Amino acid sequence: MPNALTLDDIVGAGHKVENHRPWRRAIVDKAIWQAIAKQLGVSRWTLSGLWGDTGAVHMALLDEDAAGMAVVTLPCPEGHFPSVGQSHPPAIRLERTIRDLFGLEPQNAPDQRPWLDHGRWGLRHSLGPRTAEMDAKPYAFLSAEGDGLHQIAVGPVHAGIIEPGHFRFHANGEAIVRLEARFGYAHKGVESLMQEADLTRAAKLAGRVSGDSTVAYAIAFARAVEAALGIEVPARAHWLRALMAEFERLANHFGDIGAICNDASFPLMHAHCAILRERVLRVADACFGHRLMRDCVVPGGVAAYLDIGDAPVLHALLTEIRQRFPRLVEVYDNTASLQDRTVGTGILRLHLAQQFGAGGFVGRASGRGFDTRRALPYPPYDQLPFEVPVLQEGDVNARVWIRIREVEQSLALVEKILAGLPGGPVRAEVPRRAGEGMAMVEGFRGDILVWVRLSEDGRVARCHLRDPSWFQWPLLEAAIEGNIVADLPLCNKSFNCSYSGCDL
Amino acid sequence: MRNLLFHGLIRVPLTEPLPVSDDSELAAMAAKLDKAAQHRLGRSLSIRMVDAGSCNGCELEINALSNAFYDLERFGLKFVASPRHADVLIVTGPVTKNMREALERTYQAMPAPKWVVAVGDCAIDGGCFADSYAVVGGVSEVVAVDLHIRGCPPSPTDLLKGLLALLEPANTQESGP
Repeated sequence: MPNALTLDDIVGAGHKVENHRPWRRAIVDKAIWQAIAKQLGVSRWTLSGLWGDTGAVHMALLDEDAAGMAVVTLPCPEGHFPSVGQSHPPAIRLERTIRDLFGLEPQNAPDQRPWLDHGRWGLRHSLGPRTAEMDAKPYAFLSAEGDGLHQIAVGPVHAGIIEPGHFRFHANGEAIVRLEARFGYAHKGVESLMQEADLTRAAKLAGRVSGDSTVAYAIAFARAVEAALGIEVPARAHWLRALMAEFERLANHFGDIGAICNDASFPLMHAHCAILRERVLRVADACFGHRLMRDCVVPGGVAAYLDIGDAPVLHALLTEIRQRFPRLVEVYDNTASLQDRTVGTGILRLHLAQQFGAGGFVGRASGRGFDTRRALPYPPYDQLPFEVPVLQEGDVNARVWIRIREVEQSLALVEKILAGLPGGPVRAEVPRRAGEGMAMVEGFRGDILVWVRLSEDGRVARCHLRDPSWFQWPLLEAAIEGNIVADLPLCNKSFNCSYSGCDL
Repeated sequence: MRNLLFHGLIRVPLTEPLPVSDDSELAAMAAKLDKAAQHRLGRSLSIRMVDAGSCNGCELEINALSNAFYDLERFGLKFVASPRHADVLIVTGPVTKNMREALERTYQAMPAPKWVVAVGDCAIDGGCFADSYAVVGGVSEVVAVDLHIRGCPPSPTDLLKGLLALLEPANTQESGP
């Protein structure tokens, strides 16, 4: 593309902010902001985050070719900023969130509806200048018109044991014409609670943004804080973090593979995968003291040591999984009735996965091979060989297979981590000082971005946590089109996006 | 698949024995259940679960109750899809303001007699989200709670102990004088 901007150009054109690590941040003017927004719509840059601050908006840009990131900041003294969503749809929900929480207005935004704010908080703009509550108006769902169309409303209370969210279908008989999600039900005001929190409390909150990714969030938050303070954690802490992260990935992938098959009415796989998941969680409990490894990763290192005596338990687990899992894969692969449900269902096209920067199995099953552990490696993944499985089909089946392949990779990684685990301390001193830092970490469902600003007394001044699902939920709506209503649970489970992670 | 099924036949079951409860709070809860209700329900309870804004951690462990190790259904406890079929409402999470009405309406849709079990530290008093503008607080702020099961999240064993306390009076009655 002629005259394409590079990250260097942008940072060079703006005013570079000191003390922002590891990637650069630059304050830009409206013209550059608009040029970036335009280029996002056409180039291979990925919008990695868009969040508000006091009187400003920040945008994180990922350049996969250059393996780099940058943050640009646009001050909004008049309370508005040019909408990025008008040329780049992945920004739309993020901008609606900025409007709800900060009161900053995205100008010419294509969607004027609130997102997280349902008019029930007793106030508006919790993170900006607070004002009185807005009138709770009925939410105007996007429409679909045509002969024989009807609406189906599902949620926020669902039939299964899952998180709250509302889905509105327009269907013609069984065929889905349009799906629109409405969220915000799990909004707990995490980013408000983060402000002024000390690091212990903030790390606890970060680990409770999305319960199934508690390790990944804790690592992302810890790494952002460590970047802001410019400290390095001991090698053993890095390796133990990776061990926990791979455990989390294994447990969640087992759960997902089983649950997807269960939603295709094949509970046998579900029962067997649930056994493997439980085994992983029990070993995690034995080795780290918590089944989900919650609060085990802290800024400065880890809060678990892993005794030498745990090694046999870990190896026994790996042996059992290696013995049992291939048989389950064989059952999945050889059961025609199951394949009939998963193959060709809920296809997500590559161009959409790329445009939205979809991470995790959602992106990788549609040909977008991004994996933070590979693209922006952090220790110890920079020293560990592993493969990033990529498929092109983009259907439910491909998303199952990516998980299967990732289980295999994670097992190999766990073995390598156990073999190479260095000794020494697991925690570094965390000083109290100001700084800005960010981190991107590969959770089981994709890249988690955390940006943090610390004040002089070491407390959190502002923290933004961006779940991978922000860029996956909208794609579910695209992938479901033309499928039958009965396949929504199947498609939804194969995406397995986080509600709480996006509602914050 | 035949192989897998065959192995299942000859393998020792993974299901574990009933956990022993040593919690006085649970005993107190059990005492609250009125006899008529116990008589009517016998040893079977249908459970409806509502996530009122949790981080999803509690749901993971509630789901685990159905795996082969805990096998909730052997105790006559089962999860149902509609509140209209339920005797027990399990609620997780701090109740968010955006979920309050949905929780109230789910509770109202249940037929009496009905009990509410609040699961997880957040469900008790809002946990680490307690002071937020977006959070009502614990479940008891919205509906009357009969039993709290603590933990972040509570382990499946803790959950099982708590839920079995609901059935215990029925058991005692059977074996009593």
